[in-house]
Formats: sequence, C-alpha cells, structure tokens
Amino acid sequence: MRDGATNVLMVGVGGQGTIMASNILAKAAMHAGLDAKKSEIHGMSQRGGSVFSHVRFGETIHSPTISHGEADVLLSLELMETLRWLSYARPETFILASEQQINPAEVKEYPAGVKEELTARASNVVFVNPKELKSRIENSKFANVALLGVLSTRTDLPKSAWKAAIEEIIPDQFVEGNWKAFEFGRSYA
Amino acid sequence: MNKMLLSGNEAIARGAWEAGCRVGTGYPGTPSTEILENLTTYEGVETEWSVNEKVALEVAIGAALAGSRTLVTMKHVGLNVAADPLFTSSYIGVKGGLVIACADDPSMHSSQNEQDNRNYAYHAKLPMLEPSDSQEAKDFTKLAFEISERYDTPVILRSTTRVSHSQSVVTPDVRTELPPTEGFTRDVEKYVMIPAYARLRHVEVERRLSQIAEDANAMEINRLEMGETEVGFITSGIVYTYIRELYPRASVLKLGLVHPLPEQLIRKFVDSVDRVFVVEELDPFFEMRIKAWGLAVEGKEHMPVLGELNPDRIRRALEEAGVTSDKLIPEGLENALQLPPRPPALCPGCPHRMIFQILHENNLKVTGDIGCYTLGALPPFNAMDTCVDMGASVTVAQGIELAEGEDHRRDTVAVIGDSTFAHSGISGLINAAYNGRHGLVIVLDNGTTAMTGMQPNPFSGERIDHSESFQIDYEKLAAAVGIGEDNYRMVNAYKSDEINTAVNELRSKAGMSLLVVKGTCVILKQKLKKRRAA
Repeated sequence: MRDGATNVLMVGVGGQGTIMASNILAKAAMHAGLDAKKSEIHGMSQRGGSVFSHVRFGETIHSPTISHGEADVLLSLELMETLRWLSYARPETFILASEQQINPAEVKEYPAGVKEELTARASNVVFVNPKELKSRIENSKFANVALLGVLSTRTDLPKSAWKAAIEEIIPDQFVEGNWKAFEFGRSYA
Repeated sequence: MNKMLLSGNEAIARGAWEAGCRVGTGYPGTPSTEILENLTTYEGVETEWSVNEKVALEVAIGAALAGSRTLVTMKHVGLNVAADPLFTSSYIGVKGGLVIACADDPSMHSSQNEQDNRNYAYHAKLPMLEPSDSQEAKDFTKLAFEISERYDTPVILRSTTRVSHSQSVVTPDVRTELPPTEGFTRDVEKYVMIPAYARLRHVEVERRLSQIAEDANAMEINRLEMGETEVGFITSGIVYTYIRELYPRASVLKLGLVHPLPEQLIRKFVDSVDRVFVVEELDPFFEMRIKAWGLAVEGKEHMPVLGELNPDRIRRALEEAGVTSDKLIPEGLENALQLPPRPPALCPGCPHRMIFQILHENNLKVTGDIGCYTLGALPPFNAMDTCVDMGASVTVAQGIELAEGEDHRRDTVAVIGDSTFAHSGISGLINAAYNGRHGLVIVLDNGTTAMTGMQPNPFSGERIDHSESFQIDYEKLAAAVGIGEDNYRMVNAYKSDEINTAVNELRSKAGMSLLVVKGTCVILKQKLKKRRAA
C-alpha cells in the first residue's frame, strides 16, 4: 500500500477455487469505485499444478502483476503453496494461510516443517484450520468466501462492495449462505 | 452503463460485438481461446469453431468479402497455419472489416515456441494494433474494424498472455447498429489473385502501407506522454504498464499501432529526450527499425529477448544501464525449505494415462502431438519422443520410416488427440496411405479439445453453441483412405489388455493402421453433469 495500491496474491492448487475467490476480491474493489487489475495464467502449466492470481487495486493501477516483496496480503488456500510464493511477501505482509494439505501428484509424503518455516520467516501470519472453519459455516463450499471475510478486515473496501461482488459472482441460491460465511470470516480475524 | 471487470479476451469479444461484428471464426489455442467463446454468447453474431486456423481465416475472408464485420481468433502458432491465406488476404483487402485477433505467449506458458507475431504484420504488410489492458483491448478492437474498412485491409490485433488473461475495468458501450450485410458482389480484379491481378494489387498494398505509416503519426493510439526528458521509453502492450509503474516521471512514447511505425513521431520523441530506451517483449522489432533510421536508441543490449518481461526484470536491467526506478521494492522473504514441485500432469483418472503406460512398457518410440496428452512426455510415462506442431505426429513418423528404409524397425507409433487429428492429422494420414507407408497412428479420443478448456470439434458431435452436429466416423474415414478393417481398431481407453493387444498387432501389419482409443475427458464428464443439472 506504499504507492497507493493494495497488492493481494492468492495462491492454491488447481480445483481449490483460487480464481473465483480472486474474482470476488477484484470485483469488490471495482464496486468500491477503485481501479482494479487481476492477472493469472490459464493453460498447460496449470494442469494439476500450482495456481496463482495477482489482484491489485487503488486509484490508478498500471501493472496487473505484483513484484517480489510487494504483496500486502498473501492468501493461500494450501499450506505449502504459501511457502512456494513467499518471495512475494515482505516481513510485515499479512499472510492468511489455510492449513489444507494437498500432496503433488507422485508425492506420497507431505513435506515436514512447513508451518514452522513460515512462522520463522514471516511475522504476521494467521493460520486457518480448514476442518474447523468448514464446521462453523453452513456449507463447506463457502469456505473460500469465509477466508475472504478474514481478508476483508485488512482492506479498506466497504462491506457493500463485497456484497455487490458476491451477488454478481455467486449463483442466487447460494448468496445468502456465502454472505453468512463472509460475515463469519470477518468475526474470525 | 455499469463498469465491468473483463479479461483482455472478454474485452476483445465485447469490442467486436460493440463494433457490429456479425461473424466470428477461430480455432482454440491458449491464450486466445476465450475470445471466441465469449463472442458466441452475444446476440447477432454467427460463430464457429473451425477445424483449423487456415480454414478459420479463409471462412472469415469470405464473410468479410460478403460485407460482414468479421473477427477471426487464434494463438500465435495458429497464424503459422493461417499464413497462406493471411499473405494473400493482404492483397485482396476487405468489404466488411476483417480483424485477426492473435495472442502471443511469451514465456511459453502453454506453447511450443515463443515467436513474436509482430513480424507477421511486417511480412504480410498489414497494420497491427497492440492493447495494454482490457479497456484498450475493447477500444482497439473497435478501432481495428474502422481501420480495416478505411484502408481496405485486414488488421491484426496482437495480444499476449498477460493482456489476454489479465482482468481490468472496462466501460461498456452499446452495439453499433450497421446496415444489413450486403452480400457478395463480384470484383474479379480485386478478389481473384492470378498473377496479372495480384501484380496490380501489390502496388495497392504498398501504397496503402505508406499511407497508414504517414497517418500513424497523428493516430491517438500512438501517444506521447512527455515528462522529464533525461530518460524516455518507447514501448507498447503490457510492457507499457510496467514502464509506467516503474518510471512515473519519465517521458514515454506508447505505440498502439505497432506496425507500420510512425517515423516522424518517433524522430520527434528521440530528439526531445536525452536517452531513449526501447523496451519490448521478445524480438527487437521496434528497435531494429528505429536504429535503421539512424536514430540513437538503446534496447536489447540491456533487455532479454527471452520470455516475458516484468517490472522486476526491467528494473534490474535498467539499473545496470544506469537508470534507477522511483519505485523501491523491498526484498521478498526467503524460504529455506525444499518443496516438491507441482509440475503439470495428466489429470488423475484421465482415460489416456493407460495408453502412455502401455507405450512406455512396450518401449516404443512415440511421435507425439499438441494437447493435454503431450504431458505423456513427462514422468511417470516418458512416452513421447517428438512434438513439433499440430498434426506432426502422423507425418514425422513417416519421415523416420523413409529414412530408415528397409531397416525400419516398426517400433515407432504416432499419437494424436481427436481435435488435433481433425485439425491437420487427417491430411498426414492420407499422405501415408497414398505413399504406401507402414505404421500405426493412435488417436486418443476424449470427446473434446481439453487442454484449451473443452471446445467441441468434428469428432465430438456438437458445435460451438452445443448444437448437435454429425460426428466423423473413424472407421469410414479409415476405409476412405485405404485402411481396411483388418488394420482398424477402436478400443476402450480403460481396457489395458485390449489396448496392448491392438497396439502390438496393428503395428506389425503391412500398410497403415489406425487405432482409436476412446475415453471421455474426466473434466468434460463433470461439465456435462453440471450442464444437464442446470
């Protein structure tokens, strides 16, 4: 936020909903009247792989991508992916990391010490236990929106903008449940 | 109208629709695919997935000559396939505007090479526009149609992965209501490119290009942003956004028309700035031309020709050249833990994992092709030995056979997907049968064009709008090119014994053989389930 832009990097594994979550954030920024840009890559390199989405918003945004050390927030839907993308964070970056563990294909054993390494490197990390989170919301499919609720407490975007974005992206019958999950996320922080 | 957050590809489709575009054709290819997928959702536009890019451009030429504004889409290497009609369409010109939206893939996120397609604009003597974000993607698409009609020329709209797949805020407009399409009317000297007429048209092409180059000096999309004059930048596309991010006080000449170049404007800019850097992704396309005019600019001596640029790379390169950025970016955090990589891989449950396992176990040499199944080259399968371009599995195998002659060891098979087979594999198969080759072609049919996100093709029985179509019958196709029933087999992708037997029997037969391994893509299955439920 040093030059007026807020930089959020969202990462995860293919199929976790990283892209949809980042869509909600970018649209919330747009509904707040800000300039917003978002960048990700689709295609071969994402088949079963690591997924990332850069979201930037502020008065005027030029580059759609975040540089190393420039992320204000790193939201990770998978534990070891947080470490993989850590070079985008700096010591004070707010890191919101799901403890969800997904082994890469052909890997039997999840690497040890991921949480410890994260805690040692970064000073502003919040871990979320995905099971506990899912048990406290209506539908486990709303968990990413609950995480956005947590994230929302670290941005200046008004609640109305988040609401508009959720209404725009989420199918009608799930809007209410997702909004409750979002509110829960806000109180979780 | 309310603002929208659109990807570059969505914005190109929106721009085409707003411009009154009535026909859209294309062949899927990352990062261009979503352009036509979005265009098909708008009212008043006829769209098709064509069997390949050459066909797509030719259909588009016909539509434009009949008077409809027409958009044709493809990825960078697709334009190689469409190069033949491209060069001659430049001579023929248009009636309704013809815009070729073509997306390059610097860094090869999902491609076999990283060619810089700006070179095609020069080579085919066509104007080319390059947007920097989604608003420009929409605006430039509309402008491209205007330029196409004003100068009687096809226009190339160049995007790159970062523009196509980034989203930014766009202000939408209404659709321009154009008079009804006039239909095709004869103009033999303009449309029939026999040498006598083509010679006349070439004169016209050169005149047109000079005129556009002259007019380019006053085009608003070639924008001078004068700031401090110690350092200035000439740039375009996504790189412009990086330059603005890093050097907010510097002077910038932003080129929206990247071919032909506005010489007077560039001369004026270079004269008014002490040190000018040309910053462009991939080839020194601007730099070579500007230097040929005798102007002192700097470029690729500092900047990589490989891969995408980004703010980090540009900042570091220019720091070495003695230019510092205003933007101080802190060091990123380090991580000492070794993490297992997540390389791209065939999906768990993919029906075509089995065949690669079998090819691997039989230690066969495999000429491969373009699609998800190119991942069969990687562990744990390691079952692919060549991958060149669309359709080359079928043909490269024939060359190996030709070179090895009598000694041909019959241990090489060609592997190709259904969409790729329809794109340009079939002509290779005809070539093999015609020339009396002996070999096995294996089509991995998963019912869709999966890698690019599930587009139907002539083997899947549906069209771009999911309307029903016929399916090409493999067996009849085989028979039509001289592959009899003894040399043809279709097997279930999950039955390993049957596949193994078929591979080993067919590859030792005389003449060409065709094996179709059928198994629906697992992602397509999920999508179909959702579609049915909806």
